[in-house]
Amino acid sequence: METNSLALGVLGDPTRRAIFEHLGERSSAVVDLAALVPVSRPAVSQHLKVLRDAGLVRDVQVGNRRIYSLDPDGIAGLRDYLDRFWNTALHSFKARVEHQREGTP
Amino acid sequence: MTGSTVVTTSVVVDAPVDEAFTVFTKDIGSWWPTDHHILQAPLAAMVFEPRVGGHVYDVGTDGSECHWARVLAYEPPTRVVFSWDITLQWQVETDPARTSEVEVRFFPEGERRTRVELEHRHIDRHGDGWENMRDAVGSPEGWGSGLQHFVRRLERSPVGDM
Repeated sequence: METNSLALGVLGDPTRRAIFEHLGERSSAVVDLAALVPVSRPAVSQHLKVLRDAGLVRDVQVGNRRIYSLDPDGIAGLRDYLDRFWNTALHSFKARVEHQREGTP
Repeated sequence: MTGSTVVTTSVVVDAPVDEAFTVFTKDIGSWWPTDHHILQAPLAAMVFEPRVGGHVYDVGTDGSECHWARVLAYEPPTRVVFSWDITLQWQVETDPARTSEVEVRFFPEGERRTRVELEHRHIDRHGDGWENMRDAVGSPEGWGSGLQHFVRRLERSPVGDM
């Protein structure tokens, strides 16, 4: 729950979202991403760290380059979030309906 | 990837179908999880307008309103469909083409028992980010085992435990 709320929140930043959407098209190194967005390379690295901590992005070392791509587990996590939300909501609904009936003669 | 953008769940309640329907719609504010509102102000009430074309909205204590759903079908006491006009950033989505939808069906299982089945579908409509993610995962040169894992997760059976 914590992780998924975080995943939804981190995409609110436009630069992060641009990085994220680019990674949806192709895996990239920091230097490639820095050429696409109007922020410095260290700032891109910082955004990637946030995305990685949220479970949306993962990285692999290829030679002397670190290549970033979307993390499929994180993607499934967004869907899982709604799955869990509706389960919680329907159980709350059930409790309410049945409690209301107890009060009715 | 059919089915990959759908969430389903269900619950059985000890109540007649008309009562279950009324509580789900008119009394939505009595059970909706309190931490799931995107209003800035503290919540005063939730309103479910009981007609096609109506809205579901939150009302703040300062009088502000947040309209986060449109009623697409209203067929008491067996079926209701509403849109989910909320972005992945928890803002109200104003472009209907980028909203998903929730269908809720009520099946009587005896005089005092109702099965409620919920389907939240077209989740992929919530924007380019989602579509890019899905396309990247689905591409032939994509992530191999990662894709398999992704598909397994999506095809996992609904969680309804009643």
